[in-house]
Amino acid sequence: MNDESRLKRQEARGIKKSSRLLAIELNAGLKNNIAVTKQKLFWNKKTECMNRKDMRAIQSERLIKLVQHVYNNVPFYRKRMNDVGVKPSDILSIDDIVKLPFTYKTDLRDNYPFNLFAVPMREIVRVHASSGTTGKPTTVGYTKTDIENWKEVVARCLTMAGVGKEDIMQISYGYGLFTGGLGVHYGAEAVGCSVIPISGGNTRRQLQLMSDFGSTVLACTPSYALHLADALSENGYSLKDMKLTTGIFGAEPWTENMRLELEKKWGIRAHDIYGLSEIMGPGVATDCVHHCGLHVHEDHFFPEIVHPDTNKPLADGAEGELVFTTLTKEGIPLLRYNTHDLSTLNHEPCKCGRTSVRMKKITGRSDDMLIIRGVNLFPSQIEHVLLELGETSAHYLLYVDRQNNLDTLELKVELDESKLTDTIRDLQNLSRKIEHALNSAIGLHVKVTLVEPKTIPRSEGKAVRVVDNRRNS
Amino acid sequence: MTIRQLSVFLENKTGYLNQVLAVLAKHNINIIALTVADTSDYGILRAIVSDPEKALEVLRAEQFSVRIHDILSVEMSAVPGTMSHILDLFAAADICIEYVYAFSFGSKSILILRTDNREKSIEVIKANNLKSISEADLRQ
Repeated sequence: MNDESRLKRQEARGIKKSSRLLAIELNAGLKNNIAVTKQKLFWNKKTECMNRKDMRAIQSERLIKLVQHVYNNVPFYRKRMNDVGVKPSDILSIDDIVKLPFTYKTDLRDNYPFNLFAVPMREIVRVHASSGTTGKPTTVGYTKTDIENWKEVVARCLTMAGVGKEDIMQISYGYGLFTGGLGVHYGAEAVGCSVIPISGGNTRRQLQLMSDFGSTVLACTPSYALHLADALSENGYSLKDMKLTTGIFGAEPWTENMRLELEKKWGIRAHDIYGLSEIMGPGVATDCVHHCGLHVHEDHFFPEIVHPDTNKPLADGAEGELVFTTLTKEGIPLLRYNTHDLSTLNHEPCKCGRTSVRMKKITGRSDDMLIIRGVNLFPSQIEHVLLELGETSAHYLLYVDRQNNLDTLELKVELDESKLTDTIRDLQNLSRKIEHALNSAIGLHVKVTLVEPKTIPRSEGKAVRVVDNRRNS
Repeated sequence: MTIRQLSVFLENKTGYLNQVLAVLAKHNINIIALTVADTSDYGILRAIVSDPEKALEVLRAEQFSVRIHDILSVEMSAVPGTMSHILDLFAAADICIEYVYAFSFGSKSILILRTDNREKSIEVIKANNLKSISEADLRQ
């Protein structure tokens, strides 16, 4: 009944009939004794629909084991726990998690590259890294079990979004050190998709293969999905050439309005896949077809919401900083890692049948981190590059914009008078040199514009370094 | 051989050039020659003025970015083809011209040059008996 009414609703909303919906129809047919293949609605129903008490028991058991392990194997955690006076024996259930110290991004940086790893390197089978705040990347390591668990949670996310064996999935997240591409890849293979590992960029080829191969699922950042939609006609395509039914979008915060816009532009269902490399990569949580929050795979990643100033845990519905403890991770387990993403939690069971806790779509951050085309960027990284070059003053303003649905960066930086020459070429060389240094440090193209000294406003309190003009759609 | 030129960084804003000129006017500094190199984001004002040191001081006091550079000058006769002939001499010595502008002062025609090789340029000027002007010549 539920499936049928959902189908009717979605048809009423004009959503193209996807293979998943067809499967639901067929499923309905099954009830009428018509033999058909059944589309999976849950990847791991036992866990995803487990009653709260049993879930707490699993979480308690895993937390106790985790705390013992990191206390005995990671000097950083032993010290940090000693500093706050907590012993592994103080952790008797998941409720005791509030006694544990927090972990921050700076801790990963300070322990670069491998000092937070909790197993010997011979147990690590993969390393990913993201750009860091002072030139050093943030490094994470995975054991064989971690990779298996990652595959499991991504498979749950994809199944939740209605993706299955019949789908052809175009993965346009970057492959490589970034967790996006490979993270989604193994989960997609696990659910049995035909995976097209096209990676990011090259819009024309993306559209060509999407049309030629008949991709039914697109995985990329939401802004890139919008860009691709807008690039259809100029590349000689229309929606009729495409068979897309589902979008698996993530790696940057996006609003509910953006979801509706993407669904309308592509005629698809768009799902938000949340994740961060520190915790695992994509697959920490995703939204089901009801889009009422993202189901967190809380048997692996235990979420808390804490007050940004007091660090006190907040109740369901109260907005604060999202904190994760990796309950099963072996390579680089993290206790109470503060993501600085702002969200709320909801422990009510969902209409889809899942009992897992849901987090609200990320609405913002409590620090100054920007997410540009899926890449994390702190203004301090820009400052670091400028100071290292020493060719300009360190007074700058970063303008973030969105042109053709792609994020653009322009850096206005004050010229140092001693670098002023009588030829334009010298100034252009200087801009280019800064652009190049920024590009190699943060992996993003930044247009550099030199401005006169003392023209960037000084502020006495918190300096305004960023003007973000991306529309809040 | 060389004279001093002011280089002022100009942001691409309406009225900005005039702000620079107004400061010079206020301090009674005469502009003898002026040229602006422009890009989409900014420009550089280059000027030969009656008192470069004072100009530097007063412009800096008004928060402009300004520097003084020594540049080459060549006096030209008022005969067609003179400038072309001079540039030929530089090209023959494989010297690249970065920028050039010309102005008249009294009865004189003066070419201002910036090249990629100053020493070699001075050699060309000397070897061909070209006449440079001095700042004193501009103070009549």
